[in-house]
Amino acid sequence: MTLVLAQATTDALPDNVGYVAAAYLVLFALVLIYVAIMGAKLARFERELAELNDLADERAGTFAAPPEAAPEEARTR
Amino acid sequence: MLYGTRLRALSIATLLTMTAAFALAFFYAPMDADQGFMQKIFYVHVPMAMVALGGFVFGGIMAIQHLRTGDPKYDLRAYVAIHLSLILGVGVLVTGAIWAKASWGHWWVWDEPTLVSFLIVFLLYATYQPMRFSIEDRERQARYASVFAVVAGAFVPLNFLAVRLAEAYTHPRVFATADGGLPAKMQLAFLVSLAGMTLLYVTLWRYEMASKHTSAQLRALRRKLSGDDAVARVGRTAAPSLPTT
Repeated sequence: MTLVLAQATTDALPDNVGYVAAAYLVLFALVLIYVAIMGAKLARFERELAELNDLADERAGTFAAPPEAAPEEARTR
Repeated sequence: MLYGTRLRALSIATLLTMTAAFALAFFYAPMDADQGFMQKIFYVHVPMAMVALGGFVFGGIMAIQHLRTGDPKYDLRAYVAIHLSLILGVGVLVTGAIWAKASWGHWWVWDEPTLVSFLIVFLLYATYQPMRFSIEDRERQARYASVFAVVAGAFVPLNFLAVRLAEAYTHPRVFATADGGLPAKMQLAFLVSLAGMTLLYVTLWRYEMASKHTSAQLRALRRKLSGDDAVARVGRTAAPSLPTT
């Protein structure tokens, strides 16, 4: 009876827990690697988007600014 | 189509379903009388295998659509589906080997049809990306890859059927009986695991599609802003190219 109770209340982990943990860790690792790759891709997109944003600002500035020589030319005429 | 829409809701649904599945597997499903605690590997290994095989078939269906319509988006969908199934395939082989070692004392059993047939399917699809990479012309690459995906996709259910009909030596036939062969509690845990794994596959598929789509859009934007010369020509690659408008 004491033995049965001891078995029922034992804190010991079940057999083969290492194998089970390893199998679930495989899935976890696969998803984690995938997320890391997606993170790297996202960082690249962010970089590219910032570059394109700068390029768009540059182009907008070029179109908006008046030619530098224009006021000078007007005065001499 | 914008693949990123509703991605947050899908991700949350996946997380909740996977958590519920593992909770059911460990705290609700009874301990297997024969295998004991190690049978819990079943709830990750089998759904992963089923979803991987389903993904290969899905890739084949997308490839049929590509051959019918000539629309490159279907080629991309097939490519991403097969790519993800291959990743899950690696998981199936590794978790299967772990279970085999725990249960039978060997990492691999060569005379078992279930194991070897899955390995054959996996190796068949492992040639998909090198085959794509070997063809430089993008249109021809897409067409050949689609033909491959259709033929290999048809091979998957045939292979599955052949294995079911074959005599099992070591690997269990869990769904062999007419009533499912699993106690109700185990069956519920398994079905939730299967739903979780399917959701995980769909979520990752949509993430990958959104990523490819965004990449194509960025190239198009760069071309518009700086002209064709500023965009580096894409070298030889296995990945399909999307038309950028």
